[in-house]
Amino acid sequence: MLAGCIVTIEVAVLSIIIGIAFGVLLALARMGRKDVWSWVANAWIEVARNTPALFQIYLAYFGLGSLGLHISSFLALLAGITFNNAGYLAETFRGGLRAIPGTQIRAARSLGMTAGQGFRLVVLPQLIRVVYYPITNQMILAVLMTALGLTVGLDSDLAGVTQRFNVLTYRTFEYFSVAAVLYYLVAKILLAAARLLAFRLFRY
Amino acid sequence: MFNASISPNDILFMLRGAGVTLLLTFWAVLGGTLLGVAFGLLRATAPGWPSYALGTLLDVFRSVPLLIQLILATAFAPIAGLDWQPFTVACLVLAVYASAYCTEIVRGSILAVPLSTRRAARSLGLTWWDDLTVIVFPIALRVGLPSWMNLALGLMKDSALVLWLGIIELLRSSQIVVTRTQEPLLVLMIAGTIYFLISFPIARLGTWFETRWQVHD
Amino acid sequence: MIEIEDVHKSFGLLEVIKGVTMNVARGEVVSVIGGSGSGKSTLLMCVNGLEPINSGRILVDGTVVHARETDLNKLRTKIGIVFQQWNAFPHLTVLENVMLAPRKVLGKSRQDAEAVAVERLTHVGLADKLKVYPSKLSGGQQQRMAIARALAMSPDYMLLDEVTSALDPQLVGEVLDTLRLLSSEGMTMIVVTHEIRFARDVSNRVAFFHQGRIHEIGPPEQVIGSPRQPETMAFLKSVL
Ligand SMILES: Nc1ncnc2c1ncn2[C@@H]1O[C@H](COP(=O)(O)OP(=O)(O)O)[C@@H](O)[C@H]1O
Ligand SMILES: [Mg+2]
Repeated sequence: MLAGCIVTIEVAVLSIIIGIAFGVLLALARMGRKDVWSWVANAWIEVARNTPALFQIYLAYFGLGSLGLHISSFLALLAGITFNNAGYLAETFRGGLRAIPGTQIRAARSLGMTAGQGFRLVVLPQLIRVVYYPITNQMILAVLMTALGLTVGLDSDLAGVTQRFNVLTYRTFEYFSVAAVLYYLVAKILLAAARLLAFRLFRY
Repeated sequence: MFNASISPNDILFMLRGAGVTLLLTFWAVLGGTLLGVAFGLLRATAPGWPSYALGTLLDVFRSVPLLIQLILATAFAPIAGLDWQPFTVACLVLAVYASAYCTEIVRGSILAVPLSTRRAARSLGLTWWDDLTVIVFPIALRVGLPSWMNLALGLMKDSALVLWLGIIELLRSSQIVVTRTQEPLLVLMIAGTIYFLISFPIARLGTWFETRWQVHD
Repeated sequence: MIEIEDVHKSFGLLEVIKGVTMNVARGEVVSVIGGSGSGKSTLLMCVNGLEPINSGRILVDGTVVHARETDLNKLRTKIGIVFQQWNAFPHLTVLENVMLAPRKVLGKSRQDAEAVAVERLTHVGLADKLKVYPSKLSGGQQQRMAIARALAMSPDYMLLDEVTSALDPQLVGEVLDTLRLLSSEGMTMIVVTHEIRFARDVSNRVAFFHQGRIHEIGPPEQVIGSPRQPETMAFLKSVL
């Protein structure tokens, strides 16, 4: 079951990292010119936010399958959660960018910085600070979402391993109690790690 | 390969599933809100260890996957000698799960009312109770309503997990239709559209409240 | 009459008020001046029981404020207090803000409360803003609303804590005029302020606060006109 925890953490962390990358792109696309990309970003964000995560995983697993694109349950889970993360994080980034007043960049420009420097040196550090807490939040949600792998037959993550034992022994309550404790610990450990990192990052 | 097309009956079947989804959401929101308001009040107004203990307990429900909670509750009911329908179990689990989030919303909203505003109320001679009901609640309601609506929508989406208990809600019903018609993409598209049609307007309404009331204050 | 007798007050280990004694007679206006952090706000909050005290006594019309048997809510109806931040109730209109306490605390009927509220709001020059939400008012207007809100309880005393400090300079005048009007009507007031000219013109006595004590107290011509203590001089120099 501990090996299952590792897989769970793997999926959660990967889905967050890829989700952040896509989330930034989506936020920029949504805020940018009205072209086909902003339309795609809009659709992505709204679907991610307005349908169940489980539905998104199903879509990756069964839906892509019918297009002849058969992916493993691991990949389907990862894709579904990443899709979901990216949609929510995009809105977080958009809000964060809007929360930083335009006067900041003007102040930076007035000190002789280029627009790029202003963004990198003035806006970005503030942005990271603003979005850090929502990102850690989303990471915990990602951990919780990994349990959905069960529904597409994934048997290597924590929920999957637990279910394998369960099917063999029918001691559902015992095994899933242990799983619940482990999920709780995983969530708390990841949160503690994120806090520690924040402590190092935001000294000011 | 035989390709049975989707019949009106299938759509009807899925809509009935959507009805179950809404019913689950209703009970979860109702139970979660009642519990959440009570717990949130306690957390916000009575600091000290009981409030802290309650906070820690509720945090567990926010740190363990809902699916695991559902499985545990289902396994536990017979052990405790309770002969409950899966639907009842699902509603209860969802309600407690909802209350864990609702408590924090209520607590946060109450604490968001500036202390100085409450001081001003008390300095006019308003009692603790008047201050709470006439000043704090109305202000907190504005702060918390958008989050509460988001919570309700979250529950609507999370309720899909009860398909694991064999309850035929929207997603499960579409799965059944998929098995019959072998058209996963199309059927899932329809299911997604139904979810979207329920969720999107309410989400927009929430954003609207948020911006409207911000201007107001 | 407000009697403050050797009051001490600490926040945790920090002693903020270190033995203050002061009387304010009916109809008197006492201005309190002094540097930031010297304990002026804390003293006002102690007077109407919003903050507990560690030792000493405060009496308002003979009632011991911090006595266990004192009904604070009743006492507070006698003492209006207005803060630097006006603390409008954002979800209520101007009229409702002012009507709230008379209805809830004094148990007045809607008509009576409204009549009083309209009268007080007219008094402070807000007769045309009754149905407006506070967010639509300027800072000076919000502050005058807060004053009207306190006045609607028909208090015998008014405590005013730097009511002009958070205002733009051009809005200070309108609020000070309101206070002048009150004092000319014989309202008993303790006014914490940085407006030295106002303190000199309006008050019967001026108290200079320094590090939790009253460093100097007396008629304005003395404390402001010819201060005896070096700290008072230094403070006056810094604000003038
Ligand atoms: N609620 C509180 N808790 C702890 N310390 C406080 C509190 N309120 C005020 N203080 C401290 O008490 C001192 C006096 O504050 P205050 O009465 O507001 O001074 P003034 O109004 O003269 O500027 C300050 O050092 C302040 O930091
Ligand atoms: Mg002060």
